[in-house]
Amino acid sequence: MPKKKDAKKIVFQSADEMPMMPMSIGSMLYNKTGSWRNIRPEIRLEDCIQCGICWKFCPDMSIGIENELPVVDYDYCKGCGICAEECPVKCIVMVEERK
Amino acid sequence: MPGEVHRHGGGTEMKKVMMGNHALSYGAMLSRAQVIAAYPITPQTQVVELLSEMCADKTLNAKFIKVESEHSAMAACIGASITGARTFTATSAQGLALMHELLHWASGGRLPVVMGNINRSMAPGWSIWTDQNDSLSERDTGWMQFYCASNQEVLDTVIQAFKVSEALAIPSMVVLDAFALSHTYEVVDVPDQAKVDEYLPPFKPPYRLTPDDPHAFNGLTSPEHYFELRYKLQKDMEKVPALIEETGREYEKLFGRYLGLVDDYLCDDAEIILVTSGTAGYTARVAVDELRGSGLKAGNLRMKVFRPFPFEVVQRILKRAKKVAVVDRNISYGHHGIFAQEVKSALYGQAGDIPVFGFIAGLGGRDITPASFLEVVDYTLSHDTPEDNILWIGVKK
Repeated sequence: MPKKKDAKKIVFQSADEMPMMPMSIGSMLYNKTGSWRNIRPEIRLEDCIQCGICWKFCPDMSIGIENELPVVDYDYCKGCGICAEECPVKCIVMVEERK
Repeated sequence: MPGEVHRHGGGTEMKKVMMGNHALSYGAMLSRAQVIAAYPITPQTQVVELLSEMCADKTLNAKFIKVESEHSAMAACIGASITGARTFTATSAQGLALMHELLHWASGGRLPVVMGNINRSMAPGWSIWTDQNDSLSERDTGWMQFYCASNQEVLDTVIQAFKVSEALAIPSMVVLDAFALSHTYEVVDVPDQAKVDEYLPPFKPPYRLTPDDPHAFNGLTSPEHYFELRYKLQKDMEKVPALIEETGREYEKLFGRYLGLVDDYLCDDAEIILVTSGTAGYTARVAVDELRGSGLKAGNLRMKVFRPFPFEVVQRILKRAKKVAVVDRNISYGHHGIFAQEVKSALYGQAGDIPVFGFIAGLGGRDITPASFLEVVDYTLSHDTPEDNILWIGVKK
């Protein structure tokens, strides 16, 4: 569908281009919600027991598993800290973001 | 009680004696509703009672969701509809008011939910009897509203409402009077399922909530786009009158009954036209016949569709009359009867400057009788213009 893309949003130029329903049309590809984050999870992989609990609990699906180890997608992680709270061996720590 | 009543054998049309509430249930069943979520409230209870039985015994292959309030009922309908399920509910009065917030979610989200609403007066004083203030309070929520006058019309209109709603992605309310219709038994032609299937194919929305094509629905919408969504809803509303006439003719071809925007009775040469809605329309006709018998050219215009308001057809029919008397079973406090407002706005700027007399009768279920209409006609004939914006019929002043 025709639309103007800029860094963060899609702006339709006419009503005819828009779907009739209020709905997302791929805006998350441009809208990197990780920029909302104040604190970031950092994982000490040497202590990780590969239980997958952080992957399972992440509400934004921002933790993936690569080579059986967790990897945070900082483009979308909002820094809620649920992974750090739930980690049974406390190998995830929340660290303040700096500009 | 139900049991045998709703077992709809194959193949042929059949006549059944049923109450208005069950006509709603049969309409939903024949439309093959897939999800029904409802909370019981007098005088609507039998609608969902029968539907729950139909779901239990598989007469209807639908998911019946029990909820703890009407707010939740409409929320469940919205959730189901957004996945592409054909969805039905029913309510009345306070229950409809409790749904109010969600009515906007359904229409703004462009979800073609169909709902039966039994017109019951709003409390307090607590009442279970009929008037139209419950549904008319939802006038501006973006739902279509159909006011029925017979159980046959109720059943037929549910099927048509699904067709129109799904074509334009706008929800519909099918409205009937408490007790005068909801609990009154009439003979109803139950259409053949195969023919209904031909008329109403499965619901296939252009967008739906599915993992195959993920989208978030009804989220934050900035001023850059919100206005256009409202513009599109109105533009689609404007397509409804023509589509109702088209689908009404299609229905007539299959089932022999036309379903239009209005139902006019002896209006062609009428000098005075009584404008009514709901069951009061048929009462008006008794009065019209009586008046015709005594040489007065009276007619009745029964408003079937209230939203969208069918301006063109109302203008076409009423502009032939010398006087118009609107009988409202509702009131907009501080203004006047709601149909009277709408008729006046429809006639604004039309040639002839036809006087519109606005009567209010029958609030809280007080009977509207042929004598009420004779009183309306007496007043209208004996005055050049109305002395007041509201002319009260039957109130103990």
